[in-house]
Amino acid sequence: MDPRSVREREAQCTQESPPACTAACPVHVDARALVDKVQKGDLAGGLSLLARHVPFPQIVARLCPHPCEPVCKRGEVGEPVRIGALERACAEHGGPAPPRVRQPRKRKRAAVVGGGLSGLAAAAELAVRGYPVEVLEAGPALLPRLRGLSAKVLPAEAIEADLSALDRLEVVVRCGVRVGDPGAPTVDDLAERFDAVYLAVGPGPARGLSAALALAGDGRIEIDPLTCATSHPKVFAGGSHRQAPAAWSSIASLQDGVRAAVSIDRLLQGASLTARREGEGPLESRLYVSTKGFAPSRAVAPADPSRGYDREEAVREAGRCLPCQCLECVKVCEYLAHYKSYPRRYIREIYNNDTILMGAHLANRMVNSCTLCGLCAAVCPEKLPMGEVCLEARQSMVAKGKMPPSTHEFALQDMAFSLGPGFALARPPPGADSCATLFFPGCQLSGSSPDQVAEVYARLRAQLPGGVGLFLGCCGAPARWAGREEAFRGVLCSLEEAWERLGRPVIVTACSSCHKVLREGLPQVPVEPLWTRLAPPPPPGPGARRRSLAIHDPCTTRGDVAVQEAVRRLLAQAGVDVVELNERGLETCCGFGGLVRFANPEVAGKMVRRRAGESAADYVTYCATCRDSFAREGKRALHLLDLLVGTDQADPAARPDPGLSRRRENRARLKRRLLREVWGEPAGEEGASVELEVSPEVLAVLERRMILVEDVRKVVEHAERTGQKLEDPATGHFLAAHRPVEVTYWVEYSRTDRGVVVHNAYSHRMQVAAQ
Amino acid sequence: MTTAGQGEGGERSWACARCKVPLVQGKVTVSYLGNEFPLELLRCPSCGFVLVSEALATGKMLQAEQALEDK
Repeated sequence: MDPRSVREREAQCTQESPPACTAACPVHVDARALVDKVQKGDLAGGLSLLARHVPFPQIVARLCPHPCEPVCKRGEVGEPVRIGALERACAEHGGPAPPRVRQPRKRKRAAVVGGGLSGLAAAAELAVRGYPVEVLEAGPALLPRLRGLSAKVLPAEAIEADLSALDRLEVVVRCGVRVGDPGAPTVDDLAERFDAVYLAVGPGPARGLSAALALAGDGRIEIDPLTCATSHPKVFAGGSHRQAPAAWSSIASLQDGVRAAVSIDRLLQGASLTARREGEGPLESRLYVSTKGFAPSRAVAPADPSRGYDREEAVREAGRCLPCQCLECVKVCEYLAHYKSYPRRYIREIYNNDTILMGAHLANRMVNSCTLCGLCAAVCPEKLPMGEVCLEARQSMVAKGKMPPSTHEFALQDMAFSLGPGFALARPPPGADSCATLFFPGCQLSGSSPDQVAEVYARLRAQLPGGVGLFLGCCGAPARWAGREEAFRGVLCSLEEAWERLGRPVIVTACSSCHKVLREGLPQVPVEPLWTRLAPPPPPGPGARRRSLAIHDPCTTRGDVAVQEAVRRLLAQAGVDVVELNERGLETCCGFGGLVRFANPEVAGKMVRRRAGESAADYVTYCATCRDSFAREGKRALHLLDLLVGTDQADPAARPDPGLSRRRENRARLKRRLLREVWGEPAGEEGASVELEVSPEVLAVLERRMILVEDVRKVVEHAERTGQKLEDPATGHFLAAHRPVEVTYWVEYSRTDRGVVVHNAYSHRMQVAAQ
Repeated sequence: MTTAGQGEGGERSWACARCKVPLVQGKVTVSYLGNEFPLELLRCPSCGFVLVSEALATGKMLQAEQALEDK
């Protein structure tokens, strides 16, 4: 996996981006967490969160113009959360803020000119970072501007509470000292005596402070907005000096102080003043938050507006805060929900799993549990495709020899069977060398409904001019999903050769996965879905009852509106009123995609059960795997062909999943049948050497353990041929083992007059040898 | 050695059908993906055929296989 694209994809996931309120705050107060504390009645916790970002929480809680509120997502559904009022409630009812811990004392020192909010914020921040700080204030007391405010807005106790915190940080304060006055130091003196100076001298011109300071036309100091640096390398400036007087804001002043303190810290540590500072100050949030489904609500009104919220009112108001997070993909995908996190973290885990040299690969199963269906990208505001991440990871695991052999083995062997002599066939119609059309039913429909495949092939031969050939085989999707790109390319290559040999016909697919694979893998080959070629059914008779079916479009038709529309037309002609299950483009997977059914049956089960539960109506789909997945979960579901060409089932929606063994047998039988019936070749039914009696209960065990009846037969044949088996004298049962591939199969059976009764089977991959 | 032919949990009792002798506990080697471990399992004292019980195959052996696959 390419580390750069990993980083880019991680960045696409906005789940960890700060919410709008935090991003808009000049000092990035974690308002979401603060409100969460208040929700829980923990106002002291709220205050301590505020104090973490704001040196003077008592003052700021009362004066901040709360730029967080206009961007609050709650404002899209009702009124914004009154974050400012909640901060005030924390300050009033949350007790004293916890003292900030000072880092070990450093040798370098800083001077701050101006004892307003900005200067003191810089002083506090620098003191916390361990620098000895001296503040020079021209007036008789600190915070002169704030002392003029009414006690209702800012009581004197709030000021004193915050200033006492400054004492604890041992900041030296000298009031009544106007820099540059006779007897007082000049800025140049300070720059000489201290390692850095912050000028927070208030509004108005600053002429005559220092010849080394470049001034703007209005006499104010030229200040770099990113760093608060001036033309003097040791002097920084900010606060209301660089604000329009009418626009003074406590939080903006405070932000400048914090920003200058960061710059001074960097200067004194010899670090870059400018590197990686783009995240400071107010930002637009990248976090996507859907407010869909939330009922509008108005802000809680305090009983006494002049006193603000009491404790109980604050808790109620905080309860209006929306859970500001994205998780759009996690909401729609059982796989992403199963691992209880979100793509940004998953991508990191997957990358670590890919690059780990020693120890267990803990994310292997997670990588293999994605259906690759693309729904996550379809709902993601940044279109982040987790499927591509998982597929690349699988390809990398295969390349490094780290793909667990058991994960996809059954599916790959099934594919090998479909590509082998037992099923594969690529032929023009009888008597022809080439054909205009090639019917490609796919391995799953052939395994599930072989009779319908034969019927469709007959109809296409009757309907379409130019001859219709037949291709039985596999499109290679299992290899692709398993990350085995080389094997996949091999399948496509031989498919293309067959297509050339048959005269470059139009391939008509009955499976949307095959369709997608061929269209993307062999762009030069014309491919059309069966649903645009098959003649519509005869119109229902005059008295025929219309039926209502909920449509499940296979996830592999996402974005293929033409095929989805063609299917709806056919359904309408067949007398079906279609109930839509989802918005077009948001098709969900039945759990088979990406071979998840084999890699993680639990997740696959969650997916199909979720989909099956979306409507009480019978479902109709046009993918055999989807239909059989629903059937496995007991959900009544029809395949479109049940309506178009019929079936021998009395209630086709209740037809059970044929299962893994039967699918394999059906494919082999279909080929032999078509060879006989269409091409007149002597392909009789293969008589089984051993007649096996397998009860439904035992068959269910075989299916769950992914053991084919055919595998069982091989074990019994081997045991009977070699005599190598165990015997239980009490029951007369035999137990035999055989290892035809990388798996050892064990079968418990007994012999009767009718043949062999299978009682149990299991398997393991370890090899066992007597010493 | 445990009682001949006694399976795990004692619920089944297998004998080698070819050699007509009860199984006995003996040393075997199990291996997977290049890793080998010694183990004591029931086996035929005559032909060496080793019994892997259902409980072992679907329990500890499966866990070990998965752990080795994720190594």
